[in-house]
Order: sequence, then structure tokens, then C-alpha cells
Amino acid sequence: MTNELTCDVLVVGGGPGGYPAAIRAGQHGLKTILVEADRLGGTCLIRGCLPSKAVIHAAETFEQASRLAKTPKMGISLSAAPHLSMPDLRNWKEGIVDKLSGGVGGLLKAAGVTTIKGWATFSNAKTCTVETEDGPKTIRAENVVLATGSTETELPHLKYDGDKILSSRHVLDLDELPSSVAIVGAGYIGMELGIALSKLGSKVTFIEAGPKVLPGFDRELIKPVTDALKAHGIQVLTNAKASGVDVTEDSAVLSYDTENGSDQISVEKVIVTVGRKPVLEGWGFESMGIDLDGKFIKIDNQCRTSMSGVYAIGDVTGEPMLAHRATAQGECVADILAGQKRVFDPTVIPAVCFTDPELVSVGLTPDEAEAAGENIIVGRFPFAASGRALSMNAADTKGFVRITTRKSDHVILGVHAVGAHVSELSSEFVLAMEMGAVLEDLSHTIHVHPTLSEATAEAAMMALGHPIHIAAPKR
Amino acid sequence: MAEHVIRMPDVGEGVVEAEIVTWHVKIGDTIDEDQDVVDVMTDKATVEIPAPVSGRIVRLNGEPGEMIAVGSEILVIETDESVSVEETKNVEAEPVKDAPAPAATSQAEPAQSSAPPEQPEPTKTVPVAANNSGSKPLASPAVRQRALELDVDLSSVVGSGPAGRILREDLEDFVAAGGRQLTRSDGQSSGLQKLTGTTETKVIGLRRKIARNMEKAWTTPLITYVEEVDVTEVEALRQHLNATKSDDQPKLTLIPFLAKALIKALKDIPQANAHYFPEDDKLIQFDGVHLGVAAATDNGLVVPVLKHAEAMSIWEMAGTLSTLASQAKEGKASRDDLSGSTITITSLGAIGGLVTTPILNPPETAIIGVNKIAEKAVFDGSGRVVPRKFMNLSSSFDHRIVDGYDAAMLIQKVRALLEHPATLFI
Repeated sequence: MTNELTCDVLVVGGGPGGYPAAIRAGQHGLKTILVEADRLGGTCLIRGCLPSKAVIHAAETFEQASRLAKTPKMGISLSAAPHLSMPDLRNWKEGIVDKLSGGVGGLLKAAGVTTIKGWATFSNAKTCTVETEDGPKTIRAENVVLATGSTETELPHLKYDGDKILSSRHVLDLDELPSSVAIVGAGYIGMELGIALSKLGSKVTFIEAGPKVLPGFDRELIKPVTDALKAHGIQVLTNAKASGVDVTEDSAVLSYDTENGSDQISVEKVIVTVGRKPVLEGWGFESMGIDLDGKFIKIDNQCRTSMSGVYAIGDVTGEPMLAHRATAQGECVADILAGQKRVFDPTVIPAVCFTDPELVSVGLTPDEAEAAGENIIVGRFPFAASGRALSMNAADTKGFVRITTRKSDHVILGVHAVGAHVSELSSEFVLAMEMGAVLEDLSHTIHVHPTLSEATAEAAMMALGHPIHIAAPKR
Repeated sequence: MAEHVIRMPDVGEGVVEAEIVTWHVKIGDTIDEDQDVVDVMTDKATVEIPAPVSGRIVRLNGEPGEMIAVGSEILVIETDESVSVEETKNVEAEPVKDAPAPAATSQAEPAQSSAPPEQPEPTKTVPVAANNSGSKPLASPAVRQRALELDVDLSSVVGSGPAGRILREDLEDFVAAGGRQLTRSDGQSSGLQKLTGTTETKVIGLRRKIARNMEKAWTTPLITYVEEVDVTEVEALRQHLNATKSDDQPKLTLIPFLAKALIKALKDIPQANAHYFPEDDKLIQFDGVHLGVAAATDNGLVVPVLKHAEAMSIWEMAGTLSTLASQAKEGKASRDDLSGSTITITSLGAIGGLVTTPILNPPETAIIGVNKIAEKAVFDGSGRVVPRKFMNLSSSFDHRIVDGYDAAMLIQKVRALLEHPATLFI
């Protein structure tokens, strides 16, 4: 192989932003190179969204079996409590990750993209050197797409050691289940992992500096989740700031400050999930002459940076740091590079949280809509009134679908849901908002019976004052 | 926090309401003291209202075109000062003094589509956005992408879907109708296309004022009389005076000469320098002449008035006219400068055409239209062809008051005076 390569498009990072950008660019016939130091798939696929969903699913299955062993239900009983093998769980999860990562490699190849494994270091905005197994390669690109992603934020007094003090990625690779964990930070990452660990059998305590768990989701939506936390025996300490940790051979003693003074908790592992930061160090970003917006790369509505021909997508460009945003940006940039006229201009970027029960947030909450000066109607439909939810033991989560609309013209301003499996309902919410739907669009659309999605149509009818499967609101 | 309430100022005698012409600010804007926030108009004067304090706009009342009663709240500015709610006193145009405020308030239509009139006093700094302000046009992703490709700004497309959603057909219709495009990227075609679009605008402000006045005038039975005037001599005099004037003297146009002639001629035909109120069967003839001189501005026609033109020299008239006209063009003339005329001269200058049919400015009874000056070949007294400059005067009169004979007499006198310019000054 030559040591000097040129290309139309150089994509840096093979995560959910970078690989779709490269695939689309390749489909457009652009000479495309993707550089990734790790396995393909990025945080999302290798150590984030997907492996965590596998662990969450396993934990749910284990908990169900444990419950059935204790209390038979639906005519099913187990003669013994289920056994958990963490190494086997890890292998199963790794099998999924391998399949997905390998699949990405195949898709890139099919699209004619050259994938180079190694760490890219830029000497200027359009030139980088990659240290590969075959020696250094220099790549000169017409256009560069930066998709370097984000990494766990580390607290200076709680530095990750991979043994007693863990990041989210360490948790997904545990060979043994810790008997007890303290999780610093009750955002969505910590919540998802903590609930799963609890279901597998760990004693879980959250230390959250803010006044409530799951910042960014409103209280009404969170209530079923906090109720479930209590039911699982998970303790949540809010307005509590972790101040330090004493690590011994078989335990970690975490100190924290609250309004009522300082306290300590002794656990087997401390998990720190306090957010993520963009990866901007160690690859020559400073030599590229690109402007920042706060701690993120500054981009316009076409994902262009301040340097011509250099684009940035995904977590390096700021909030919301979500895989589907990165993917949409990546596709948009590749189309632009192929000469199409595109802008990244979504009406909404949905957010889902795989807690138990699950959360979906699309658009404005009622409070946000009112703060924006809107005169609104809110329609709610509880899953307790859904036949399908009852038939799958999903009716007792206190879940609901909530639609926020403008009173004057019924335009949907936001849709939120909490409940088992509601993540799968999210796309209808997003589509409704992107299409500029009004309540009548949802209520006049036939929703399959029996499915959970009927709750969406019923919530719209509730807002209109005439639901079928629940008493109509008094006028 | 303190709130400064700006009320519709009393801009002139007997005016009970004024019209919002243009907002220069929107809710949420941070403004500096003396920054112009709104243009309001009464009669023919447009007044710019400056902010008396720096702060943030929290409420606006009234949409462009809406009539607001004098003394009604038109906007509220929130400041950082820790004084109590206070009405601003230092708006240039004074706040209401003796206008019938309560009655007038109910006269103003509530601005239903914008800020609700009865909203509670905002005590916090929650931004009060109008329904759609700042939000994007309602359209599906496919329609938005198509609009982007077509260089169409969707905010200018009218949607026919529910809640005004822009459908694919709306966009196609907009483009087929030659809708406003940001750029024209297609260089292939001949560039000729059918333009079937229409632009609908609300008739407000000065245009509406003019329209109402013209309607009123149309109920008047008019006689229009056209005569040709030889202006060779008066033009020679005008050019001589301009060539020899001192630097501090204004440049002379023909208007002051015509004005001078008209003032002299009106002495014999006083019913043409008058206000007629048919509902009262009343005619007021004026001794003095307040001469309205119509001028075109970017916003439409305005008519600055030379008060007591009979007491002015041609130089004074030229100077005053030039000052008033530039003020009127900038929309800064006071109401007083634009009202009270007893007779009007209207001129389109170089594009004056051959003949016009001027419409009266009620309650006046006469209007004198000036057409363009053209050089023609004419026979002099000894049969030779000589070049002379001619100008037509097209004049209309309220035929209920001014008989055809009197109308003709007036114009013949004006003609005689202009053709022998020395007589203007004796």
C-alpha cells in the first residue's frame, strides 16, 4: 500500500455519525476514506446504546424469571431461582456487538468506502497521518468530516480505575455482579445501568447533585420511574454531591455532602455517570484552525465548521448528544458533499430513555409550551386503559401518552410517553411533528388493535374531548 | 423591575384615534433610549415615537393598520430600574390630556390575533411570544426539502392544510404562480415565464387616508378646465433669478410664480379659496391663502401647506416649500404643516403630461393641476415661426360652488399674469 492517499471525503470516526456519512458519500460515488482507531460502530455500538440495551434486556428477563420463581404468574412457575453468569451475559452481548460492528464494515465496503484502522493526527485542516499496522499513512482530503464523538466526563476526585471506580463502559464489561454499587449522577446513562444492575441483584444507591433524577424530563413523566425505583429498593439521594472516595481491597467508601452535612456509603463499586464531553484532544484539532462554540465544534445548519471543506457531526458538535442526531447530520453532510442542497433542520430531535418504565420526549412539554407563550390543551391516555398493555403485563407501570397541542389550531407541540416499550412508539410522535400534524390527524388515523400505539390516538381524542376507552374529560 | 407604559399620543386637535403604521420592534426586543419603536399616523402626519427609556419590550398593542384610541396603551417597556410601575411622561408627543379616553378605548378594536388585551400584569420576565412568532412554517420534511431546492422561502408560502400547513401542492402553486424566489439558479430557459401571481397588501396608513379622501371627493360634482399658458417669459425670469441669486437664497421653481398668480387672481373669485360643508350648507371663504402643494413621497402623496402665502415673497415661498417638502418626504412633517390648506396646487413636474383631472381635497373648492412644460413652434404676430414654452393648467372645481364661467375666469387671470410676469409684482 502506498503511504500517500488522496480522497474526496475523509471521515474521522466510525461511530453512528461517521459511518453513515461515509456510506452515503460512497453511495454518491465520492472517493471516501473512513479512519477509526477502534472497532467500527463508535460508542453507541461498542460501549453505549446497543450493549447497554442488551444488558437491560437480559436484566429484565432475569428479573421476570426471579419473580416467577418466587410467585407463579400466568400459570407459569419455576422450580428454582434463575442463575446468572455474568461472563456468559458478557459473551452474549459481545456477540451482538461483533455482529453489528462486522455488519458496519460490510456496509462500508459495499458502498466503496476505504476503511483505515488507526489513529489520525491532523497536521492541517485537510491533511492527516494515520498510524496503521502497516506503518504511517498520510491522507490528503478535499473534504473532511469530523465525527470523533464524545467520552465519559471524569470527576477529578473520582478518577476511573476500572476496578472500584467505574465508567459506564466498565459496567458493561463486568465479569462479576457487584453486590452493591453507588452511582454518582442520576442522568439517563446512570439510571439505565442502575436499574439493570438492580434487576440483576445489585443493591443500588444514586448520588445526584441536582434536585431530581433524569434532568431534562419533566416531573409528571418521571413519576412512574421514581415509583419503580422505590419498588426495586433503589435509593436515590438528591442534592447530594460526591466529595471523594476511599478505596480498600474489597470496598469503596464514597463520601458525599448534603444540605444536612456530610455522609458516607460503603459499596463494592462506585460508578460515575456525570455526562459526556467532546473528543477534541490528541488528534491535532488545534492545528486545524476551527472555531469552537463553548466546548464543542461550532457548526452552521449544514454542519460546516469555520474552515471551508471541513464539516463536523455528532457529539463533537454539541447537544443533544444522541446517536440518531449524528446519523441524520452524517447523511445530510454526505448529500451536501455530493452537490445536493440540504440543511440539517429537524423540527424535533426525539429523546428516549431505557429506564423501567421507558421514557420518550418529543417536542415541548406543557410547561415549556406555556413558557413560550402558547395557549395549550393537553391530552393524556393511561396504559392502564389499554387492552394490549394489560395483555403484556405492562398496564401497571402508571405509564401514559401525553400530547401537548396549541389550543387555537390543534397543532401538536410535543408528545411524551412513559411506560413499558414506549420507545417503540416514539417514531409516530416524531413523524406527527415533522409533518406538522394536528390532533385530528392522529385521531383520524387508524391505529392497529390491539397495540400500545392506540394510546397515542386516544391521547389525541382525549385532547379533543372525546376518547373512547376512558371517560371523557368534564367540560 | 419597572414598567413604562407608552400611550397613543395626542397628535393634533380633535384627533381621537391614530393608526399604527409600522412597528420597529417586537416583543422581547431589547431597546435603547430614543430608539424609534413605532410609527403612528393621524390625518396626514406620520409621527415616530421614540422609546423614553432603555429596556425590554413586554407588550405591544395593535397591528399595522389598526386604529388605536388616543390615550390607549400601545406598548410597555420593562426596565431594570427598581422603581414602581410608572407611566412615561417624556414621550415626545405628549400623552393624552383631555381626550375622551374611556369612550375612545372601547373604540379601538382589541388586537385579537396578537397579544391578548386582557393579559395579567406580567411580573416575571417570561417571554410572551405571539402564537407563531419565531416558529417555523408548518410543512413536512419532503416539502421543506423541495422548497430548499427551489430556493423558496416557505414563510412566504400560504398553506392550505390544517392549521395552515404547507402542502406539496401549495408549494407547487406558489412556484407556478411565479412566487418570490431567493435566487434563480436555472439558466437554461429563455427567462420568460407566465407571471400569474398576485400580491395582496393591506391598504393602510397614508394610502388608506388618501383613498378615503378621494372617495369623499368623488361625491363632489366636478368641473375640470384645461388651458394652455405661454410660460416663455416667466421661465426666462425664473432662470435669470436663479442665475443671479445669492447663495443663501433657495432655488426657484415655477410653483412660487404660479402661486403668486393664483393669489392675485383669487381676489376676484374668492369662492375658489374656500371650504364648503354641504351638510351644513356652509361656505367659508378665506381672506388669506393657505396654499397646499402636493408632493409625491416614497410613502405616497403628501401636501405641505404654505400658510398665509399671500404674505410671502416668491423667495419665502420657495424656501418654505423646500423645507416642508423634504420633511414630508421623510415622514417628519408635523400635522400642522400638512393640514389647513384652502386651495391646492398639484404638480407632477417633468412627468406632468398634457392633461390631468385633479380630484379636490375636501372641503376645498378648487385644485390647480400643473402639466409639463414643452417647447413648441408658434407663429408670432408677424407670421414668423418662433420657439415658445407652453404649459397646460388642468384645474378642477366644486361645481356646486364654482360656476364654469368663474372657473374659466380664474384660470384666464392666472394665465394673463403668468404670461406677463411683471404684472405679478405690481
